[in-house]
Amino acid sequence: MSATIVSLPDQSTARIPKVNFITKENGLLSWLLTGDHKRIAILYLISLSFFFFIGGALAGLIRLELLTPQADLMATDTYNKVFTMHGVIMIFFFLVPSVPATLGNFLIPLMIGAKDLALPKINLLSWYLYIAGGLLAIYTMATGGVDTGWTFTTPLSTHYVNTNVLTTGLAVFIAGFSSIFTGLNFLVTIHKMRCPGMTWFKLPLFVWAHYAASILMVLGTPVVAIAIVLVALERTIGIGVFDPTKGGDPILFQHLFWFYSHPAVYIMILPGMGVISETISTFSRKRVFGYTAVAFSSVAIAVFGFFVWAHHMFIMGISNYAVLVFSLLTMLVAVPSAIKIFNWTFTLYKGSITFETPMLYTFGFMGLFTIGGLTGVFLGTSGTDIHLTETYFIVAHFHFVMVGGMLMAFLAGIHFWWPKMTGRMYPEKISQLAAVITFIGFNFTFFPQFILGTLGMPRRYASYPPEFQVLNVFSTAGATILGVGYLLPVLYLTWSLKYGAIAGNNPWQATGLEWQTQSPPLTENFTSTPIMDHEAYDYDWLDKQKEKEVTTSVG
Amino acid sequence: MSDSPVIAHGASEVEHHEHPAYLRHHFESVEQQADTTNFAMWLFLLTEVMFFGGLFTAYLIYRNWYYPAFVAASHQLNIFWGTANTAVLISSSFTMAMGVWCAETRRKGGLVLCLVLTFLLGLVFLGIKSIEYSEKIEKHHVPGFHYSLKSFLDPDSDEAAKAAGDKPLPLDVARHTEVYFSLYFAMTGMHALHMIIGIAILGFMIFRARAGAYTAGHVTFVENFGLYWHFVDIIWIFLFPLLYLISRHAN
Repeated sequence: MSATIVSLPDQSTARIPKVNFITKENGLLSWLLTGDHKRIAILYLISLSFFFFIGGALAGLIRLELLTPQADLMATDTYNKVFTMHGVIMIFFFLVPSVPATLGNFLIPLMIGAKDLALPKINLLSWYLYIAGGLLAIYTMATGGVDTGWTFTTPLSTHYVNTNVLTTGLAVFIAGFSSIFTGLNFLVTIHKMRCPGMTWFKLPLFVWAHYAASILMVLGTPVVAIAIVLVALERTIGIGVFDPTKGGDPILFQHLFWFYSHPAVYIMILPGMGVISETISTFSRKRVFGYTAVAFSSVAIAVFGFFVWAHHMFIMGISNYAVLVFSLLTMLVAVPSAIKIFNWTFTLYKGSITFETPMLYTFGFMGLFTIGGLTGVFLGTSGTDIHLTETYFIVAHFHFVMVGGMLMAFLAGIHFWWPKMTGRMYPEKISQLAAVITFIGFNFTFFPQFILGTLGMPRRYASYPPEFQVLNVFSTAGATILGVGYLLPVLYLTWSLKYGAIAGNNPWQATGLEWQTQSPPLTENFTSTPIMDHEAYDYDWLDKQKEKEVTTSVG
Repeated sequence: MSDSPVIAHGASEVEHHEHPAYLRHHFESVEQQADTTNFAMWLFLLTEVMFFGGLFTAYLIYRNWYYPAFVAASHQLNIFWGTANTAVLISSSFTMAMGVWCAETRRKGGLVLCLVLTFLLGLVFLGIKSIEYSEKIEKHHVPGFHYSLKSFLDPDSDEAAKAAGDKPLPLDVARHTEVYFSLYFAMTGMHALHMIIGIAILGFMIFRARAGAYTAGHVTFVENFGLYWHFVDIIWIFLFPLLYLISRHAN
């Protein structure tokens, strides 16, 4: 790797700025009662990692059980609880808040030149709600767990299981409010807190992506909240809204649930797409190709995302006409997603590409997300869906999008902004290794599952016919490699907090406003209100700034 | 060469005049702060619309499916108390609006009076609601194990059904009244929960208002709470005809 754009200050003289948001105040209370969006982002990062490793450990248990065809590691109903808790924790306590609550929280005010998010107390409240929901979920797990699957499908959840549906539902309900408050805060901030000169079309695409995701959080989450309330009322006092014996309809629950939970998929992926737009531009030294198209494709995904939910219900007895319409609408979502992928690819064209760790994760994202997205088209086609639904094909599909897509983007973002958040660089070589290990491990884990799915292996079973074992062993072996790939960053990022090279303000020579202030930033972000006097991703502007700096220091 | 200069050509340094104490550090001006919190409140109300929207959707579907059962079940609601409660809520919206005006024109006494009146009207609403609920409990119209179809299978045994001139419903139709009451309790219950939260906040505001908190120029909190209160009222304005007046156009 000879070519690099990394430019660090002279390590013998460089120092982390004495006054920054980390050193401003000391003591646990100064963190727990903070209103600073950057500190709340760090709180989120720590707690998210905690939940990620719980969810990951549960995934490990699932893969271990599936190593052999028989259900031998755990009882079958234990297995049901394990995959349910894996889903609940990973979706509601990791994927949904992952990029928005950490990177979005930290960066949106910096990127738009504001001192903080519009509602700092609400921001802190959303973290406490997240923690309350998360602890309740763990309490649920410790006191017997829940085995409905993360979808709380009625009438299973209302009539047939005796596990902790209520407490899990409450945990998700609480976490939902955390998500609503985060989204609401972002929308208000992006509307009202932009610095002078920061017009909508000068916003970094990261901000556009968060804007679109926030719309989904604000409009979608309340609907799943009411669906959960109705499930709780049905379990406790026995109202009949979803109960067919009383005239209710369980399909209505599916409609209400997926009205949120399909857009939730875009809540999970859109912020990741925002990260990719930033890294692709920085490591190709080019403005993102078709900025406006990429910006509007985020909004288009948000809008279309609200009209495709019934594709989760093709085999559940909705009418053929509904299947037809929702199948067509599902295809439409592929269009803005493809716009993004193609524009990122065009951004690479004739760019000066370098292969730092965030860029490696970015390439991982683009490949895996494309596979995940295209297999989504198979599933949106009702004919193939009837064959593939409820098999491992589905499992592979959404793991390609969520883990291959979102988690890769999350790691790309964490590495990319790590120097901004901590003031220190992560070690480059080992992190490149980790990125490659993750990519290899991921493909080993989930690619065999596509084949298993087309062969007809159903999801959510602890045992399977012996002829599927080879591919399952592949998958479990891959999961082990993937586990190493995820453990490595935790180790070297922690190491870098003390021993990493001093990063300086702008190690990547990136153009965003967040790079034009010190790292780690001041509590107020900027010494004075910035003025946005150039376009987004304007590398010429950055060069001119540097020239100016040279002339002034000479003269 | 890595440290590109911190952008420092801001405009804010010049204007370090006196800030009022309620201007939070991250806003440039009082107007921006008021504008921002106001926008946030509207967005929050949008989430509330979606929250109740799920219930209204369920209502819409089941009412289309089970219209005769819904009509018969709605005759069991007490239209007198329902109308009274609508009047109480509209009055409370008026007192709340007056409260916001008092805060804006810095009339402390008027504000406290208006908030207390709103608080009391809110309590009256909940009181009337509890009378209605207890009627349902007595008649076993609460969905669940003790639900009774007697009023619908044998309307002559039930005063309300008799007064509305209901005919006996076949068993399979009558059973769907339970869906109606499921929605009735879910919708009015969620509405009542919002009232309780509102009344609790009102209690807090009365204390703060007596200390003069909202009559010194910073009225955002009162304004935003006013929006919330009006929103809860509007939900009722939709619930009342949907639940109480389903068949009243015929009579």
